[in-house]
Amino acid sequence: MDRVAIVGASMTQFGQREGWIRELLAEAGRDCLANAGIDGDDLEHLYVSNMASGEFEGQTGVANAVAHDLDALPAYTARIDQTSSSGGAGVHSAWQSVASGASDLTLLIGGEKMTHRSTAEATDVIASLTHPAEYKHGVTLPSFAGLTARRYLHQYDAPRESLAKVAVKNHKNGVDNPHAQFQKEVDLETVMESPIVADPLRLYDFCPITDGSAALLMCPESVASEYADEYAVISGIGGATDTHVVHERADPTVMGGVVDSSTIAYEQAGLGPDDIDVAELHDMFTILEFLQSEGLGFFEQGEGWKAVDEGVTDRDGDLPINTSGGLKSKGHPLGASGVAQVYEIYKQLTGTAGPRQVDAETGLACNVGGFGNCVITTIMEAGQ
Amino acid sequence: MSDRQKTHDAESDEPPMEAARYPDGSILYPAHPLGPDGQEPVEMVDLSEYRATVVTWTTSTATPPGVREPNHLAIVEFTVDGESVRAIGQLTTDEVAIGDAVEPVYAPELRDPDAGIRDPESQSWDGYRFRPAE
Repeated sequence: MDRVAIVGASMTQFGQREGWIRELLAEAGRDCLANAGIDGDDLEHLYVSNMASGEFEGQTGVANAVAHDLDALPAYTARIDQTSSSGGAGVHSAWQSVASGASDLTLLIGGEKMTHRSTAEATDVIASLTHPAEYKHGVTLPSFAGLTARRYLHQYDAPRESLAKVAVKNHKNGVDNPHAQFQKEVDLETVMESPIVADPLRLYDFCPITDGSAALLMCPESVASEYADEYAVISGIGGATDTHVVHERADPTVMGGVVDSSTIAYEQAGLGPDDIDVAELHDMFTILEFLQSEGLGFFEQGEGWKAVDEGVTDRDGDLPINTSGGLKSKGHPLGASGVAQVYEIYKQLTGTAGPRQVDAETGLACNVGGFGNCVITTIMEAGQ
Repeated sequence: MSDRQKTHDAESDEPPMEAARYPDGSILYPAHPLGPDGQEPVEMVDLSEYRATVVTWTTSTATPPGVREPNHLAIVEFTVDGESVRAIGQLTTDEVAIGDAVEPVYAPELRDPDAGIRDPESQSWDGYRFRPAE
């Protein structure tokens, strides 16, 4: 079977941006097309990953809008929403479009415009994904993180500092990412003394609110060399869904969607956790890096914190995690994040990650929606 | 030993804390149209009559519009006829620890329905908080 190749990738500056959603999406889209030397009207499919442009900005129909702005008419277009994993879900849709033969050239753009809203408003927009039984109590995504972190530390006898070390590591990686919202290191003491947000988690355990976008260009591997000398292939991709109500899961420290989506992706790729050289995980909250690294099979259940503690996941460790700086320092423009994760793996596999470069032939991206409600795992390999 | 801590007060106008029991014996809160075995509920169970144990808790300080600040929250576990069922809800205090016993206490309005993004008519806003068991 002809595999799906990623022959172009781009991402905008993440952070507080002047532009609104249409401009942000078009910026990443234009850059991606220009890098591959093609025009908008060469596209057959165009997907837009976005969680909530209607709620944040009052602009719906963004897929149609950006298709026009990129002169991609009459390409088929659709907006993909899967909350925080909209980006990963967009990768899945774009991959499907090419793998099925429905499209020979597909552009995916993920983006979100958030910073014009207050923290309370943005938190509420995101919390609106919760079940009414959760929403009425004022449950937010950060509060799920606090609940889960307390349980994890209790259940596995892990020190509070182990969570802080995720933030320290990812901020250190972000220093070398020119697109990251925060390009500065933080020390353990700063994280441990930052204000409480959802006890036991503190400000530096959380990603910021961010504007930005990222894009990927996909085609069948058999024609990849027409667009790029260096490319990456998607060798496995899986999506899975867990309960809508978070407290119903048997073990609060296990993300079933991570386990199930990665099982599909590993099987499709014919690879296992030990074959992965570099990974981008959805560290919207520091605790999520532990849950994902365990759910993906990198480490035993309850042992993920030790790997961070021992430097295994550092950039120069055996399994570098979040070389981009992660959502933690790069920022988390909801619909863009899953696309930007794949952007980073693409850069690593094509040898174009600059100072962040690690030795990698195989990479994995895990994008989490809600609090593990929907998960997409993508496995990529360097193109031949 | 039964975890049932009081009998339902027929005179009370407090609504039940309604969980659903399914044909395979499992109980879910809130009730879902279909249970883990894909079948419809066979009966409702009022969890407000039972005590629960704290599985985990947090105090959230970054709360959305219309939500109290700070907002103490817990995931708790009830045992009903030998079957475990969990619930999430506000705590009346942060003076709790994992493993503590708590009991449901009714609150007519858990957050201001008019302040958030969700349509006030789309759902109910009353419910049960948890307080340390007496």
